[in-house]
Amino acid sequence: MGNAEEGIFFLTGKDFTNAGAASSSLKGILERRGVPQDIIRRTAIAAFEAEMNVIIYAVAGMMKYRITDTEISVTLQDMGQGIPSIELAMTEGYSTAPDYIREMGFGSGMGLPNIKKSTDSLVVNSVVGEGTTLEFMIRLKAGE
Amino acid sequence: MNLSEIRNILNAIVLTDEDALQKTVACAYCADLMSDVLSFSVTNSLLITGLTNTQVIRTAEMAAIEMIVFIQNKRPDIQTIKLAEEKHIPLLVTAFSMFDACGRLYEKGLRSLARVNVVHRA
Repeated sequence: MGNAEEGIFFLTGKDFTNAGAASSSLKGILERRGVPQDIIRRTAIAAFEAEMNVIIYAVAGMMKYRITDTEISVTLQDMGQGIPSIELAMTEGYSTAPDYIREMGFGSGMGLPNIKKSTDSLVVNSVVGEGTTLEFMIRLKAGE
Repeated sequence: MNLSEIRNILNAIVLTDEDALQKTVACAYCADLMSDVLSFSVTNSLLITGLTNTQVIRTAEMAAIEMIVFIQNKRPDIQTIKLAEEKHIPLLVTAFSMFDACGRLYEKGLRSLARVNVVHRA
């Protein structure tokens, strides 16, 4: 494994061409560190859903990651429209996405529920009109 | 089931490098909603979809999906094909509809291994 490692990716709203590139890079970093495949998959899925949320709903944002021997933590911070009700957003199927987002296969209201399902902890803080901060953590070793 | 068999069953065209004909999948999943794929698919699987944008390739990459079949002759653009080749995810195109493509593969023994919680109600 090795020592702690951290980094940051910058995200641009509506840049659908590069949407997923940050999560893909993070996945590559985890692969190089020899993280088990199932943990890589859970992290990649959560990161990708969160990255798509920034691309869809925000003007700009960033994805920060920190990998230690015991856990992977990822924080996404954006300058976006914010989430009026996090409780509603956590409900499977609830979505405010416009049609063109749905046509791309996203915005079906599974994003946040899916992030929660894939991670060991999830914290979402949002201020309408200012932005959203989403933090998730995935354990690398059981029971720590 | 390997890529070559899938190609034959679906009369499909392979859009990416043909050197992956022996690549195999254990199961299949179909959806047009990428969040459904991220939520319910399993690794080592085939994705059957009607969406052809780059997000499909990203979704497959994150969910560790092995290959993708596009239905009803829907062809992705060159950017999408290039990304798939970069990620070593073979792409196929079939003229069959989603229903018929799934039916044909099922008939030949390919199954879903999605984690299903079936609740029977009286």
